[in-house]
Amino acid sequence: MPLLEIKNLKLDFVSGDANLRAIDDVSLSLGTSETLCLVGESGCGKSVTALSIARLVPTPPARYVGGEIWLAGREVLKMSSAELCSVRGGVVSYVFQEPSASLNPVMRVGRQIKEALKLHRPSKANDAEVIRLLKLVGIPAPKLRLNSYPFQMSGGMQQRVMLAMALAPEPRLLVADEPTTALDVTIQAQILELLRELKKRLGMAILLITHNLGIVGDMADRVAVMYAGQIVETGPTHELLRQPLHPYTRALIDSVPKLAAGTTRLSAIPGMVPRIGEFPSGCRFHPRCPAKRPDCSQRVPPLAEVEPGRWVRCFYPIGAR
Amino acid sequence: MNLLEVRQLKVHFPLKPGVFGRTRGYVKAVDDVSFTLEAGETLGLVGESGCGKTTLGRAIVRLTEPTGGSIWFDGEDIARLTRADLRARRRRFQMIFQDPYGSLDPRMTVENIIGEALDIHQLAASSSARRQRISQLLMDVGLDASYAQRYPHEFSGGQRQRIGIARALAVEPRLIVCDEPVSALDVSVQAQIINLLQDLQQEHGLAYLFIAHDLAVVEHISRRVMVMYLGKIVEAAEAKTIIREPKHPYTQALISAVPVVDPESKRARIVLPGDIPSPVAPPPGCPFHPRCPRAEFPRCQVEVPPLRLVGPEHSAACHFA
Repeated sequence: MPLLEIKNLKLDFVSGDANLRAIDDVSLSLGTSETLCLVGESGCGKSVTALSIARLVPTPPARYVGGEIWLAGREVLKMSSAELCSVRGGVVSYVFQEPSASLNPVMRVGRQIKEALKLHRPSKANDAEVIRLLKLVGIPAPKLRLNSYPFQMSGGMQQRVMLAMALAPEPRLLVADEPTTALDVTIQAQILELLRELKKRLGMAILLITHNLGIVGDMADRVAVMYAGQIVETGPTHELLRQPLHPYTRALIDSVPKLAAGTTRLSAIPGMVPRIGEFPSGCRFHPRCPAKRPDCSQRVPPLAEVEPGRWVRCFYPIGAR
Repeated sequence: MNLLEVRQLKVHFPLKPGVFGRTRGYVKAVDDVSFTLEAGETLGLVGESGCGKTTLGRAIVRLTEPTGGSIWFDGEDIARLTRADLRARRRRFQMIFQDPYGSLDPRMTVENIIGEALDIHQLAASSSARRQRISQLLMDVGLDASYAQRYPHEFSGGQRQRIGIARALAVEPRLIVCDEPVSALDVSVQAQIINLLQDLQQEHGLAYLFIAHDLAVVEHISRRVMVMYLGKIVEAAEAKTIIREPKHPYTQALISAVPVVDPESKRARIVLPGDIPSPVAPPPGCPFHPRCPRAEFPRCQVEVPPLRLVGPEHSAACHFA
C-alpha cells in the first residue's frame, strides 16, 4: 500500500454565493521513499492539493466536497483534530517557498526547531538534537547558530533551518512547495543537492511542487502535471519528459528556453492560464491547445491509463492513433 | 558605431548609520563597469541577487545617479546631463520593470498610462492622434485596442507586462533596459513575452540591455552576455561562447547550476559552497575567491584579477582564465 493515496479529491472555495472548484477529481499516489514532482503554473491547484494532505487549507473558505486522502493507512479527511495534530509534522512535514515568511522573526532559530521536537519527540527536545539537525542540513557552526535570529541568516541558510524544523519529527513524507523559487541559482543548487542527499540518507518520500521543469528532470522519480485544478498527465519522469502524451505537457516543455539549444524562437503557448471559476468547458486546455478538435470543448476527457504507469487526460494524446 | 558606451561606471552608495551619521564606507553596487552596446543588439546581463545588475541598469537610464564614470549614448555623455536635458533625452532610452503589478499606476487607465509618455514628450498633435497612437501601440504588443479604457487590475501578469512594453515603446526609444521582464511570469507566458520582445526589436531596430538571473533566458535572447558578481563584470563574451566555453569559475558554476529538463543529460554538477558575500564587506582580492573551487592562496586573496581578453570578444576576470 502506498504511503500517500489521494482519491478523487474535490475542493471548493466558497466566495459569496459562488462555489469555485479549485481541485477537481485529483488522484495521486506516492510510495515510501519516492520523489513525486507536482508541476503546474500559478493557480492550477498544486499548492492546495499539497496542503490538503495534512488538511491545512482553512475551511472556510475552502470546503472538501469529495474524495479521500489516505496517509500511512489512515483517512485524513475523517480525522479528529487531535489525530491531525499528530499527523502534521509526525507523518508529513512541509517546507514552503519563502523561508523568511515561514520562520518566526522574534524567536531564536534553536528554539523554533526545539518546538517541533517538543511536540513530536519530547524525549529528544534538547540542544544536542537541535545541533545534530542543523548539522544534518549542512549549517556551518551549528552551535553558534542555535542562538541566531532568522534575520541574521541568508535566504539559503533560512531554508536549511526550515528543513531542519521539518525533519525534526522524523516525518515519512516531506512536502516541499517551491522550496527554491525565492533563492538564487547557486543556492538553489545547494538546496536541491541537500534534498537528494537527505532522501537517500533518511529514506523519506518527497512531494516536490515546482513550476520549473528543470528541477523535475533533476529530482523526480515520477511527475504529475496539473492544469486548471486537474491532473492532466502522470508518469515516470524519464518517459514523461522525453515523450509527453498530453499537448499541455509538450507545450510546457517546449516553451522553456534551454541552455545551448540554438533555437531562435520559442514556441509559446497562446492565451493565458485560466483563472479559478473561469475554467473552460470540456477539456480545460482546449482553448490553448495546438491539437484541439471540435469535440474537445464538448466532452470532458477522463484521466486514462494509456500505457502501464502512464496516465493522461486527453482524447487525442500525442503519439496515439 | 556603438549606440551605448559605458566607461568605468561606478555607483557607490554611502553607508550612514542613523539619520545624521557620518559615512562609514561605501557599498560598491557597481564598480568600474565598462561595456558597449550596438544599435539593434541585445546584451544580456546575468548575476545573482545583490550583484548590482539592477543598479547598473537603473544607472544607465539615470534612475539611480552614477557616482563615477561616463555613459556615452549616441555621442553624448548622459551621466553629465542636467535634469532638463535628461528629460528630453529620455525619449531615446526607456526601461521595462520586473514587477508587472508594481510598475503600473493602479488608478490610471491603460490609455493614460501609455498616453502620459506621449504627453510629456509632446508626441501627439491632437487628442484623436493620441488615441490612434495608443490603439496602435496596444496592437503592436498584442493587446486589443479596446483595452485602453481598462485599469491595470483587470489584466493578468503577462498582459500587464505587455502594457509596460507599450508604454516604453510610446516614445520611440532606441534602447530599452529590460530588468527581469519575465521572471514574475508563468512559464507558458514567459515565452510569449520573449518572442514579443524579439519581434519588436526586429521591427523597430531596438537595442536591449536584458537583465535576468535565468541564464537560459538570457542566452536565448542575447547576442552577447555579461556575468556580474559583487558589482563587477567577471566575464563577457558572445552568448554561445560563454555557455560552451565559460572561462570564469563563477560562470562555470552558474551554468552547471541551471536545472536541465532533459533527464538524459549527464552533467558535472558544481555546487558552490557558501553564500553570496555581503556587498558591504566584499572579500579582498578576487571577490569570488571564498567560494571558488580553483582559488589559489595567497594570490587570489590578495590580487584583484583584472577583466582581460581571453579570446576574440571574450574577456574574463580570473587569474587562471
